[in-house]
Amino acid sequence: MSAQPSVSSVFVALVRRDMALAWSQGGASLLALGFFLIAVSLFPFGVGPEPQILARIAPGVIWVVALLACVVSLDRLYQADYEDGSLDDLTLSPLGLVGVAGAKVLAHWLSTTLPLAIAAPALAVLLNLPDAGYPVLVASLLIGTPALSLIGSIGASLTVAVRRGGVLMFLLILPLYVPTLIFGVGAVDAAVTMSDPLPHLALLAATTLVATVVGLAASAAALKLAME
Amino acid sequence: MIDANLIFDSETRLTGSALGCRRGGRRVFDGLDFEVQAGDFLSLVGKNGSGKSTFLRMIAGFVPKVAGEVIYNQGGKTAAALASEDITLVGHQNGLKPGMSLRNNATFYYRLMTGGVPAPERLQIAADIFALGSLLDEPVQYFSSGQRHRSALMRFPFVARQIWLMDEPTVGLDADNRAALAALIQHHMACGGIVIAATHDPMWVQGNVLNMDQFQPAHGTETDDEGWL
Repeated sequence: MSAQPSVSSVFVALVRRDMALAWSQGGASLLALGFFLIAVSLFPFGVGPEPQILARIAPGVIWVVALLACVVSLDRLYQADYEDGSLDDLTLSPLGLVGVAGAKVLAHWLSTTLPLAIAAPALAVLLNLPDAGYPVLVASLLIGTPALSLIGSIGASLTVAVRRGGVLMFLLILPLYVPTLIFGVGAVDAAVTMSDPLPHLALLAATTLVATVVGLAASAAALKLAME
Repeated sequence: MIDANLIFDSETRLTGSALGCRRGGRRVFDGLDFEVQAGDFLSLVGKNGSGKSTFLRMIAGFVPKVAGEVIYNQGGKTAAALASEDITLVGHQNGLKPGMSLRNNATFYYRLMTGGVPAPERLQIAADIFALGSLLDEPVQYFSSGQRHRSALMRFPFVARQIWLMDEPTVGLDADNRAALAALIQHHMACGGIVIAATHDPMWVQGNVLNMDQFQPAHGTETDDEGWL
């Protein structure tokens, strides 16, 4: 047989394909980004234009809507591959299911959740976030959004074989997002009130690390179950 | 054909004894024995629901077995499962992304399985086997179901692997493409490959036949002892 395939180049190939699909016609990334922009800009209409109120709720609104936008896009993370049969191919690839989950989560983060973090400062202007909050808002989203993709991957893989599994996935994932949300918003609030955001960011990073360990293993196990 | 000098390990042998499999609480088959070695063609026949697809997915390692054992010998080594690097499986779903062209689909498949980039000539030759050469740059969403099925079958010659698992490979194929498939299988067997195909149609290839109907669990023992879970 030919030489041992290079696992890293297989990984890169899968990440690139998933990113291309996410940004192609009907991909999830534009949907998530559009949802994020529109949902956040609804809040000034809903709660009224008082700058103080908007400034107070800005970190929470941006984090909560980013989280919901992430869940909206996770619906098809594994389901599309499951339905068209390419999950069989992925399983037979040299990556193994943990590698497949890792590549797909990385592609999801790069193509869908990272743009949310990049768009967040523009929306923070709309919500009158105090100047001190901007660097920490971006930092907290950069540190925390990988956890959103990773935890979401667990829900997406558990519901992969369930038709109309989107609602079930919402119910599974959203409670697990609470720690990420608390530490993320806590960091921005701390920066706005001129106290130290570092402990919050450290706890947020810890959440992401735990999600990395648990998320990939749990997703691989759930996918294996779904393959039966 | 595509790899002129390719010869697989002639010692490869796959033996299963007393295999049992369960899906959704129902015993699909029981006491199944089989043996294939390099250069063999095994066709699985049997009624709908007799476990042909399940058997293929069990060999591929997707479905766990509940009884019996599989022994796999290759290169002087013995293992309890097939290495996924030796298998190509094409099932009922074709695993193609509709928005991507056949070329991109096939290139991705090649990179996924080998980590390398296929030479354009290799892609062209593989596509020409099933008369898909002129469709390479078309998006798959405009393909007919027969064309999609042929695109899926293209994986077999495209990535060199010893064991081919085919689930209903002849469905939707016209006479010319059936002949091309038979020639492809014969070439693979001549190279020392192994082909296991579940089919309702005659395949025009000489080989062993495994009738799945004889491994059906006796009526009345189908229910699961461990309860409805």
